[in-house]
Amino acid sequence: MAAPIAIHLEFGGGAELLFGSVKEHHVTLPNQSEPWDMKQLLVWIRGNMLKERPELFVQGDTVRPGILVLINDADWELMGELEYELQDKDNVVFISTLHGG
Amino acid sequence: MPVLCSSCAEKRAVLKRPKTAHSLCKECFFWAFEEEVHQTIVSAQLFKHGETVGIGASGGKDSTVLAHVMKVLNERYNYGLKLLLLSVDEGITGYRDDSLETVKRNQQQYELPLKIVSYEELYGWTMDAIVKQVGLKNNCTFCGVFRRQALDRGAMMLKVDKICTGHNADDVAETVLMNVLRGDIARLRRCTAISTASEGEGVVPRCKPLKYAYEKEIVLYAYFKKLDYFSTECIYSPNAYRGHARTFLKDLEAVRPSAIMDVIHSGENLSVREGVKMPVQGTCGRCGYISSQALCKSCVLLEGLNRGLPRLGIGKHHRLHEKILSQQPLTQKEERKLKAVDF
Ligand SMILES: [Zn+2]
Ligand SMILES: [Zn+2]
Ligand SMILES: [Zn+2]
Repeated sequence: MAAPIAIHLEFGGGAELLFGSVKEHHVTLPNQSEPWDMKQLLVWIRGNMLKERPELFVQGDTVRPGILVLINDADWELMGELEYELQDKDNVVFISTLHGG
Repeated sequence: MPVLCSSCAEKRAVLKRPKTAHSLCKECFFWAFEEEVHQTIVSAQLFKHGETVGIGASGGKDSTVLAHVMKVLNERYNYGLKLLLLSVDEGITGYRDDSLETVKRNQQQYELPLKIVSYEELYGWTMDAIVKQVGLKNNCTFCGVFRRQALDRGAMMLKVDKICTGHNADDVAETVLMNVLRGDIARLRRCTAISTASEGEGVVPRCKPLKYAYEKEIVLYAYFKKLDYFSTECIYSPNAYRGHARTFLKDLEAVRPSAIMDVIHSGENLSVREGVKMPVQGTCGRCGYISSQALCKSCVLLEGLNRGLPRLGIGKHHRLHEKILSQQPLTQKEERKLKAVDF
């Protein structure tokens, strides 16, 4: 049984528009039998935070191509991407590269 | 668990570069990114010592990073350039006024002079007013044509030798695809060029120092440097066709990051068979700007707006150009066709 964890989410580069134009969110992920990973976090965001047009943020079980993800200020490609196991107080940033040059 | 920087082997890596798959720390990434832009500038001989260079600044990520890097490199390598920011105010409430605020902050942060030219002063029409006339379906045609000329006019007012724009590798690849999809051979041949010579009176040479920079790196450069940029889409219908090309490229890039560079490479190496008909470049009979028709696109659009015939510049009505130039009246049938707009 994993305890609930509190993490900090940040949306930028236009991705915040899908979240009521709010850039920073403090969220608590409820306890569950296995540890939280990025894959489950995306499912949770889709179910609990995305208000409209979820396909602009998630595609299949990952983020839509063109959205960059940083975990604790490092490219998630260095951190195991979907398999990364979230820790309490982690900071996850999503930046859209699809909006205006 | 943290990955070490493959360059200095000391600090924690913060990104994996799409171009090389190297993992770099912040400092090594900044350096590598700036050096590559420098290499692009040097090998394509984009500037000459002493030139005045206008940086097309929209407040968005690309032009913000461009302005920052140009300032850094101009000092580091003693380019001897006089840099200034050049912005276009299309007159779009709630979009351009906000992004221009970003440009004004950039002006102070980078200590560069700023010139803003507005559609209203150049054409007598803001985009807000144009959209009221032409609706949301065709407004990007107006916006694009007017912006191109507006940058040139602003550059002439400031006696700028060259304009550089923030087009990045993803943009260039997208434009190659768009031109293939539209069968626009003339543009397909030109669009990968890193710089254009002056094509005639009133046209300032342009170049793209970020042509080989990936969008991912531009965004991360801005993020790690905490640069101040504006990221909201134009409120007047973004171009749907371009949107599809963009999504398609991003999907390809997710599978194979080199896709962007590969499309550019294909575009650069295409050669057009002899005998393919190309438009002949001449000049506009009214304003002197380059044009392959009797009137340039912007003069036709403007004429249409001022006469209440918004369809004039949309679609092909070339045979009417002579009539307009010599101020002959249009027939009722012609007028009727040009009035109807679908919103
Ligand atoms: Zn390093
Ligand atoms: Zn537009
Ligand atoms: Zn003209």
